[in-house]
Amino acid sequence: MNDAASPVALLTAANYKSATKPIWCPGCGDFTVLSAITKALASLQLPPHEVAVVSGIGCSSRIPAYTACYGFHGVHGRALAAGTGLKVARPDLTVLVTGGDGDGYSIGGNHFMHACRRNVDLTYIVMDNHVYGMTKGQASPTTEPDWDNKLSPGGTGIRSFHPLVIALAAGASFVARAFAGDPNATANLIAQGIRHPGFAFIEVLSPCVTFRPEQREWKQHVHAAPVAPTDDAARAARRIMTDDGFNIGVLYAGNRTPYAAHCGNTAHSVAGLEAEFEL
Amino acid sequence: MTIHALMPRQADTGAAAQAPPRAAAPSGSVSIAIAGSGGSGVMTAGALLLDAAARAGLYGLMVRSSGPQIRGGEAAALLRLAPAPLDALDDSFDLLLAMDWQNVNRFADEIVLRATSLVIGDSDEATIPEVFASSGARFLALPLKKMAKAIPGSWANMLTLGLAGGLLRIPESALEAALRASWKRDDAGLQANLAALRTGLAEAAKIEGVGGGAALPAAKPASGRRWLISGNEAAGYGAIRAGVRFVAAYPITPATELLEWMAPALAKVGGTLLQAEDELASVNMIIGASYGGVPSLTATAGPGLALMTEAIGLAVCAEVPIVIVDVMRGGPSTGIPAKSEQGDLSFAVSGLHGDAPRLVLAPTSIADCLATTQWAVQLAEALQAPAIVLSDQFMGQSRAIIDRPPDAEDHAAPTTARLTVAANVPDYKRYRDTGSGVSPMAIPGTPGVVYTADGLEHNEAGIPSSQARDHLLQLDKRARKLASYHYGSRWADIEDAATQGSDAAVITFGSVTGTVREAVARAAAMGVHVRLIALRLLAPALPELFAQALNGVRQVFVVEQNHGAQLYRYLRAMIDLPGRPASFHRPGPLPLRPAELTAAIVEWQRARTPEKELA
Repeated sequence: MNDAASPVALLTAANYKSATKPIWCPGCGDFTVLSAITKALASLQLPPHEVAVVSGIGCSSRIPAYTACYGFHGVHGRALAAGTGLKVARPDLTVLVTGGDGDGYSIGGNHFMHACRRNVDLTYIVMDNHVYGMTKGQASPTTEPDWDNKLSPGGTGIRSFHPLVIALAAGASFVARAFAGDPNATANLIAQGIRHPGFAFIEVLSPCVTFRPEQREWKQHVHAAPVAPTDDAARAARRIMTDDGFNIGVLYAGNRTPYAAHCGNTAHSVAGLEAEFEL
Repeated sequence: MTIHALMPRQADTGAAAQAPPRAAAPSGSVSIAIAGSGGSGVMTAGALLLDAAARAGLYGLMVRSSGPQIRGGEAAALLRLAPAPLDALDDSFDLLLAMDWQNVNRFADEIVLRATSLVIGDSDEATIPEVFASSGARFLALPLKKMAKAIPGSWANMLTLGLAGGLLRIPESALEAALRASWKRDDAGLQANLAALRTGLAEAAKIEGVGGGAALPAAKPASGRRWLISGNEAAGYGAIRAGVRFVAAYPITPATELLEWMAPALAKVGGTLLQAEDELASVNMIIGASYGGVPSLTATAGPGLALMTEAIGLAVCAEVPIVIVDVMRGGPSTGIPAKSEQGDLSFAVSGLHGDAPRLVLAPTSIADCLATTQWAVQLAEALQAPAIVLSDQFMGQSRAIIDRPPDAEDHAAPTTARLTVAANVPDYKRYRDTGSGVSPMAIPGTPGVVYTADGLEHNEAGIPSSQARDHLLQLDKRARKLASYHYGSRWADIEDAATQGSDAAVITFGSVTGTVREAVARAAAMGVHVRLIALRLLAPALPELFAQALNGVRQVFVVEQNHGAQLYRYLRAMIDLPGRPASFHRPGPLPLRPAELTAAIVEWQRARTPEKELA
């Protein structure tokens, strides 16, 4: 990877994978999302040490250690906060934030909304499987209200959260839906999200074959979005609220100016700050 | 006697008459309270009086006290001026200037008066409340508002400023310069208020002086460079001096001014401050930024610190340096947001799940907020660990005239910079088990040494592990790096120059240190000599250094401002204290008073005389 003798050697997806073996169940959608992330990074030829992958807690939040990039595996629900701090302090890095629906929409829901409106130049990839997998099968914010489980017998009775519409309402400037079963298309959407200046939100339908085996059927339902992406948030919201939930592609791409740190020049000396205290 | 608790009732706090004579104070000082309803300009008048005193070459401090209302309510500027630096308020006030009496009676416990005090109120307001009149203080009614009204465009608080300045013999030129320097409006308004100031000065000339006729001690000419600074500003500047360039925070009383000072200051030196959506975000943001190699800090108060605890544990486990300044206020829960208390100590030293070594420091004065915060950043960076700085409302929101703190670093201390790794180091392991416990940290962007920082227990390479041997190795490493560091002499201020041979020590921490120091000096003037140990580093506890500091000491007296004797209990758990340790603990928001502490120290020592004779 650090072969100085051949500086023109192209990086391949394999260059972005670590030797650590994932803990995921066989057939988990997250394997292909990991693969899509590495393909996207290879397509952009970003040096792995200039990319940081930040996550919280959950099955999908294990992704950072499975990449050959810098990784940060923090506490549950706060991945976007850690990623925001990293990107604002180190704007030279490419920062991907990854996680699941519980981490991002439940315990981290407040950070999700504020990351959308703050519009820091991050790419947020949520592997949504409508279930808490790591704790073995409880309802998440995106779980259907009638899904029977041990913690909520007969279902939660609560309507599910619509992350894409929430993201639009909160001001996200790039909104896409992907399907883990199609790693090439997912890689393409992730690459577009990385290139997009500002906060890019990519919701990936990533089946949990262990606790939601019926999600194996998703591959029969997904289809490319029938219309081109719009830069009109109201139109995008209407489409998303009325589609079948399986429209895949870029659903909204706006052009809001990304967050800029109120960072002045460094010409001022630290000792110069004393002037205001001086008598 | 295990806990010797003195819990004065309200009436007792006014018992300055039974206190040791004023002559026992280390230096002459004058105390002034300016009180009134919120919006009447008492804080402005107080701030300008302090500024004018500074210009006149004096030292002093101003403590802000206000009720819970955002606007309106009651407010008081509590000042103490002297020819030498001060870190504490006195027992009582020589002068109370009341802009009005609306709810000012709520300050009865805070503004203690004596028979020799002078109270000036507006003659068009209701008369002096009984809680103040009962002190026997001299009361003078003046038509303050009418006098101001006679000068169109002027404010009554500027007339009050002239009155206070005149009574304290502060030169007119200093008062005028302070007003001119702060004025941000049109010239007509300035001229009107200068006229009001002079009217106040002229009125003061007709009044017999304060403090039983004694004038303020003659001001010495300023020597060296002096600053006018608040504890919150000092902490912010100390952080920047130590290299902090990223701050994320959520507004909270009484820490907000620290953040408001840092926002423009950071921008000037190439750093940035980000207002987060909550404290959960702010602490995780600074962890992210620091993981990226940028020294980072947040400031909060007790409720915010409580929200941050899970992530502070992450900083312990992932070994990411961060600094959290907790400007303590009355607790628990929302408590008393705008008033001071040292109630977060137990939480700071033990409030994380798992075995989680962390640094806890406390400044010992407004001026020391600078050096201690700077040191906290250096320690956090050197040890790749979280550091909590326990400031409080008393230090944070008070403003003091101080001598410019020296730049001098502690050259005896080991490196204060973060240990990083160069590019392409073979077999790099982020959490390698080193002798010191500190492992070189790879900064993102460095090729050939990528790793994943993890809050999951991990092996030396950073790969998650639930194996007993990896857990034990990392627990040992994280504990060792804090326990084996050479902290030098700054861990405590040990003051025994005048008490050689004494076998008694008073141990304290934080903002009450100035008051304790004054009480120790007063006790010495009464023939009772004790050593003073003011702790700056509270965690890790340092039993060996403590043993040296307590060499020859046979009994200790622990002083703190909280209800539960938190420092006393912590020290009893961590340190082999000699004799039968005693405790003086009283909750906020009333400041500890030098007189009550002097009395307590003297009583404590006299009570053990038979024991000494027996020995």
